[in-house]
Amino acid sequence: MKRKHKRLTFVMIGLLLLGSSAALILTAFEDNIVFFYSPTELVDKKPDPAQRLRIGGLVMAGSVEKLAGAVVAFTITDTAKTVTVQYKGILPDLFREGQGVVAEGHLKGGVFQADEVLAKHDENYMPPEVAEALKQSGQWKPKETTQ
Amino acid sequence: MIHRFANPTRFVRLADVIQPWAAGMTFLFFVTGLYFGLFASPADYQQGETVRIMYIHVPAAWMALFCYTAMAAACGTALIWKHPLADLAARATAPIGACFTLLALVTGSLWGQPMWGTWWVWDARLTSVLILFFLYLGYMALNNAFDDAERGFKASAILALVGFVNVPIIKFSVDWWNTLHQPASVLKAGGPAIHASMLTPLILMALAFKAYYLWVLLIRMRGEINAMKVRALRMRQVQQADMADKVAAGKVG
Repeated sequence: MKRKHKRLTFVMIGLLLLGSSAALILTAFEDNIVFFYSPTELVDKKPDPAQRLRIGGLVMAGSVEKLAGAVVAFTITDTAKTVTVQYKGILPDLFREGQGVVAEGHLKGGVFQADEVLAKHDENYMPPEVAEALKQSGQWKPKETTQ
Repeated sequence: MIHRFANPTRFVRLADVIQPWAAGMTFLFFVTGLYFGLFASPADYQQGETVRIMYIHVPAAWMALFCYTAMAAACGTALIWKHPLADLAARATAPIGACFTLLALVTGSLWGQPMWGTWWVWDARLTSVLILFFLYLGYMALNNAFDDAERGFKASAILALVGFVNVPIIKFSVDWWNTLHQPASVLKAGGPAIHASMLTPLILMALAFKAYYLWVLLIRMRGEINAMKVRALRMRQVQQADMADKVAAGKVG
């Protein structure tokens, strides 16, 4: 084996070992890497009311209502389970029914008390006319129409 | 074959031919890309005019990954095949890649504020890109940390290869974990999720960034080759002076 082949093998094996250890570490820490839980995970997890966490999903169509004292209530869904969120503050511009959202706060008595709400947008980009045309022809993604 | 362009003189001759073309391409694609991006493309159905940040942000982020991949490949070539220009190519790429990464981070932050409602979050995508930026800085620092340039090249090349693990993590972070950042729109299974009218400026800007990288890379590599020649020349002078001293001392003593 020539020297350069030795070095090649060494580098390749090194990268392979490094890659697999990185994969193992990331899998082990998966719970800490996820930015938010889905409603299903949250319902299964039953977190402590003192624990700060984030929940993400789509804002269910027709669920947004304004309560007394500038509090907004809405339902976050992952199309399987839902969680009701209450939030006092200014919602981001992109906050819309049927769109993605991430709320940060505490789960108290089945209601998620958020102190921060972030909008999450999806990977689709198109002009408004195209979106309108898709909606009219019924080719809109089922995810957007929500339950 | 790989050593055909190892000769710096031959490389400089080739660079002389490519460089004006790269500069021309950069100019051409920037002008057309900016025209399409700012004037001849529609606003987004959700994001409105803010979507135009994409035409800088996304190509910059692509280049951040591309430059790191190029740098790691050059480092691997230098370590394994001892290609004399590979070290210089990696060294020349690092600051360009770091600038693209910073540009992606800054434009992403400016985009995040109006769209998400926050400048920064510690989600997997944003955090892994920040780590990429630190890897570039670490590479540059380590590269210059040794008096012996060869040792600096070797140590930093190993760092660059180790850091390459981060590249697939960045790319797939949005698929592997829940992130605030949305999944890929262009390079994904099932074709792009971007309307053709918005894909045009995006591709043009990506080509502009690529051509710009090639252009600046050639300029920087030329500079590195000259710096290497100066270093070798100085070494020879010192050696000659040293030799002369010894001869003189021998005659006197």
